[in-house]
Amino acid sequence: MNNFSFGQYYPTNSLIHRLDPRTKLMFTFVYMIIVFLIKSYMGYLCTAALLASIILISKVPFRVVIRSIRAVLFLLFFTLIINLLFYNEGKTVFEWSFIHITVGGIDYSIKMLFRLTLLVMGASMLTFTTTSTELTDALEALLKPLTYIKVPVHDLAIIMSIALRFIPTLMEETQKIMNAQKARGANLDTGSFFERIKAMLPILIPLFVSAFRRADELADALDARCYNATDKRTKMKKLKFGLTDYLSFVVTIIFAVLVCLDAYMAGGAYIDGLIFSAIMGA
Amino acid sequence: MSIVVKNLQFTYSANSPYETRALKDVNLTINEGDFLGIVGHTGSGKSTFIQHLNGLIKVQEGEIEVFDIKLTNVKKPKPDLRKLRSHVGMVFQYPEYQLFEETVYKDVAFGPKNLGLSQEEINDRVKEAIELVGLDYEKYKDRAPFELSGGQKRRVAIAGIIAMKPKVLILDEPTAGLDPSGKEQILSLIKNLKEKCSPTIIVISHDIDEITRFANRLVVFNDGKVAFDEPMKELFKHQQELVEMGLDIPLAIKIANELKAKGIKLGENIVTMSDLLREIVIAYNKKNGTDIDVSKIRKSVFNFDFSNSNQEEVFKDE
Repeated sequence: MNNFSFGQYYPTNSLIHRLDPRTKLMFTFVYMIIVFLIKSYMGYLCTAALLASIILISKVPFRVVIRSIRAVLFLLFFTLIINLLFYNEGKTVFEWSFIHITVGGIDYSIKMLFRLTLLVMGASMLTFTTTSTELTDALEALLKPLTYIKVPVHDLAIIMSIALRFIPTLMEETQKIMNAQKARGANLDTGSFFERIKAMLPILIPLFVSAFRRADELADALDARCYNATDKRTKMKKLKFGLTDYLSFVVTIIFAVLVCLDAYMAGGAYIDGLIFSAIMGA
Repeated sequence: MSIVVKNLQFTYSANSPYETRALKDVNLTINEGDFLGIVGHTGSGKSTFIQHLNGLIKVQEGEIEVFDIKLTNVKKPKPDLRKLRSHVGMVFQYPEYQLFEETVYKDVAFGPKNLGLSQEEINDRVKEAIELVGLDYEKYKDRAPFELSGGQKRRVAIAGIIAMKPKVLILDEPTAGLDPSGKEQILSLIKNLKEKCSPTIIVISHDIDEITRFANRLVVFNDGKVAFDEPMKELFKHQQELVEMGLDIPLAIKIANELKAKGIKLGENIVTMSDLLREIVIAYNKKNGTDIDVSKIRKSVFNFDFSNSNQEEVFKDE
């Protein structure tokens, strides 16, 4: 369970935790789009500052948030290399046989690195501060308009909540089965690639068997209680926007406007340019 | 001495809000030939403890010596885990969930194969193990494990462990989820295994009535520590403390307490139902001058023979 930190709820009961999950979901959605719009280093700096303040308010330790990147570290590294090698624009700085690295390439790959890092950290902030139940409630509430075009929103929500609910259970199950097979001398950590894949079979087969068994039992339990997703159901905890929610709307809008200014009116790029020329001059 | 544990400590998810100290300071020596019962309620650290014994959990703090293999938090030299796991067999809760092969034979052979034994040796061990758990080798070896009944699956899973011929066998809740007759079968199987396969057996159980029927030494875990470590008959002198820890005491003791409170004179050393029966018959004989034979009643009441060595001795005394 070493890389389990990605997306595990981190209870601190902070202001961010108490926000309406719909607010957090909408913010994350807007945030994700916006991170892709940013054009300048200034823009990334501002976004990073916003994210940092969210992390500070949420009282989730930075160390834990940073750890969530570990899961995608390989991806980050991979995109960095690919962009460096294949994005060729501007002056060439380094050339060796088929490799040539350009100023544009360096610029683009660094920005992509920032983009992905901010994206992953922002998304994991959502799951650090929101329980899976809240999340599905929010999703259901936000997708509600789709019911008018006959999208089974409630069914989708319940499927999602079941899926989320069973992730930790299956993780635990995997751990148990791994232990059981290790106790029988299974060697999971060494050997060639194919040997290792083969060594996973004693874990995967029991895992699938138990996942299907659980699914069966759950279906029976739902049936036994006459569960019916299509009827109108009431909620124990009604979602309600509060003062902090309205405040975060304002912050989100200001943030979005700033980034759009940066993207379409080159505000940040202008400052970038100033800073660069200052560095070059020095 | 087969296993020596010194100052063992363990913390789950250190430095996170989910941090839990599972083991606080565990010291325990397990001798060869022990039939050790471990009790303690959920979260007392007993499962964490036994997983240390065959290296499934790395030692954070403290020291374990299993036969000649030393387990510490020092990274080098690495302990020989394969050898350790061939010495200490572990049967987890619901072991049937770990079955994965197409046939019973292949599944039981998984462990010995991992030990790197020769094909002949594997053959012999698989046959022996399947027969030890009370299944007909020829009849079951080619059946798919998934089509067996619950109790049979569990026995195949246990066979998969004992085919590795461990000197110490650890069983975590071996009778969980079985019907009464399945339970009896597994219990008599465990007793049988002690004689024929693994001389040292450690059993975790929630069911105090069950564990007192065979263990000769009981270790009580409470809050990450060993609260009591006593011979089976001695442990229940601490009845009061056990109840305070939220543990159950054997039904026979409860009945004996009630009877004593009503003025019926019963002897000491009552732990199991068979003890209780003996004392009641003795008390009855004394009072009415009759001469009823305890062993005859015992035989007809307990149709499975679960008399363990302790009880055997008691009967010899009479």
